[in-house]
Amino acid sequence: MTNPVIQVRHFRKLYDDFVAVDDISFEVQQGEIYGLLGPNGAGKTSTLESLEGLRTPDAGELQVAGVDPSRDPRGLRNVMGVQLQTSGLPANITVDEAMKFFCAYHGVDPNNALIERLGLGEKRQTQYAELSTGQQRRLALALALAHEPQVLFLDEPTAGLDVGTRVELHSLMREQKQRGATVLLATHDMAEAEEMADRIGILLRGKLISTGTPLEITATGAGLTKVSVRTERDCLSTDGSGFPAVESRGTKDEYYIFFSTDIGPTVAAIIQFVEAQGDRLIDLRVERPSLEDRFLEITTEEVVG
Amino acid sequence: MTAFLNHFAFEFRTGIRNRQLLFLNYMFPLLFYLMMGFIMVDINPQFLQALIPAMAVFAVMAAMLMGIPAYVVTAREEGIFRSYHINGVPASSILAVPSLTTSIHLLMVALLITVSAGPLFDAPAPESWGYFILVFFAMVVAMVGISVLIGVISPSTNFQVMFSQIIFIPSMLVGGVMLPYEFLPEAAQSLSRIFPPTHAMNAFNGLAMGTNANFSPWGSVIIMFVGGILAFGLAIYLFNWDRSNEARRGHPALALLALLPWLASLLLT
Repeated sequence: MTNPVIQVRHFRKLYDDFVAVDDISFEVQQGEIYGLLGPNGAGKTSTLESLEGLRTPDAGELQVAGVDPSRDPRGLRNVMGVQLQTSGLPANITVDEAMKFFCAYHGVDPNNALIERLGLGEKRQTQYAELSTGQQRRLALALALAHEPQVLFLDEPTAGLDVGTRVELHSLMREQKQRGATVLLATHDMAEAEEMADRIGILLRGKLISTGTPLEITATGAGLTKVSVRTERDCLSTDGSGFPAVESRGTKDEYYIFFSTDIGPTVAAIIQFVEAQGDRLIDLRVERPSLEDRFLEITTEEVVG
Repeated sequence: MTAFLNHFAFEFRTGIRNRQLLFLNYMFPLLFYLMMGFIMVDINPQFLQALIPAMAVFAVMAAMLMGIPAYVVTAREEGIFRSYHINGVPASSILAVPSLTTSIHLLMVALLITVSAGPLFDAPAPESWGYFILVFFAMVVAMVGISVLIGVISPSTNFQVMFSQIIFIPSMLVGGVMLPYEFLPEAAQSLSRIFPPTHAMNAFNGLAMGTNANFSPWGSVIIMFVGGILAFGLAIYLFNWDRSNEARRGHPALALLALLPWLASLLLT
């Protein structure tokens, strides 16, 4: 991890008096997928758009593959591929024309294989306005990838996509990583970030409040593991004493749910108790805290704090 | 260059594929021409002399002022320029390509008018085709510059329509298209000089149609070229990729500098 391709140092972005991004710093290494998470208005899009050269930083230093986005916009175009959250194409441009058009400005041949791969093969002569939202987003992604950029910025890439296309997109992202491309992924989708990102940064109110691998971030929380149990004769309803290491309990549908700080003793005690009561387990599920749980925990702590 | 040609080819096809542009570029000016040829000539037989230049000027003015600013504002509002920006399409190409393709569509319309006006209405053909083309080209340059500048500085479609009409309506009234310059009161004559059609009609009359110009026709040609190039340069300078992006190189009021050549034309004799 010694080759940072994206460098953000003490970056600030203001809109009049409103501080959208407040002195954040992070680096993304070559071949890394970095997830930028945060609720609406956290500063994700301002950060991404400043790195993409669409906005000018008010303070700090940005570098993308050795290029300062606000000083060398032309150099930046050649090293980056972008799928914007909100962007458009002319209503009458066809899929084929769009591919030819943008590839020509990048100085490469049209990448028709990508069009096929993203399921737009039968839509090559269809005009942009006649594509569905998902197809429009797939086309935007194909255009971002067509010139095989060193750095890929994806802003909510799977929003509005069906499951199949989402899986295909994740596979494409892994391929980009394998060929050495660096990916900065801004998303609301915690499951996507957990699955795809090597490291994650959580933005809240313009500040970077947590960074690390998904495992590191989930491990720094209260660490409560969820144990859901269902039995044949509902014996757990009679347990008033509690089990070891259980912080809290609740019910959902026909399940009893226990939040445990130490999973081994808790599960052993539950099984023992059920057997002692002459009951039988129908289902027992153990779920470690997800990134979404930790994200909610962090953002709630910060807001309340 | 390949990228520019590709861009040009796509925009040109769009001008035909897009029904709104097809109407603005072809149907609207041609229908107006037929209406003026059949009706106006009956009401005012003297209009026949000016039918070809007046309808060529009208076609350029209508298609440019109603088509290009709307294209620029809509493309900016819909995030099309953002897509162009991140893919390296330069601002100059974004403004120049639709202007060039519209000019070619208009050249075809002007050709249809000049070829058909004689057989259909007995309208006199230009005496000098070379000068006719030169003046037409000067008018196109002037209107392209003004139209892209309106598109660039208009914050919304409503403003764009208002700015376009501020040029279009007075141009129709006092620009020599409907009523000859010499019939206007002195104050209206002075006012008319800040509108490109006045200069186009003056130059057509003095250089191409074999009739008298009201003031220097070469001066009018120069004013149209200078005015158009200055407005286009200001449009590139003030160009904004993104409606939500505050980073603009200058205040939109700088666009008023584009008036200078037209105001200077008051000195032409």
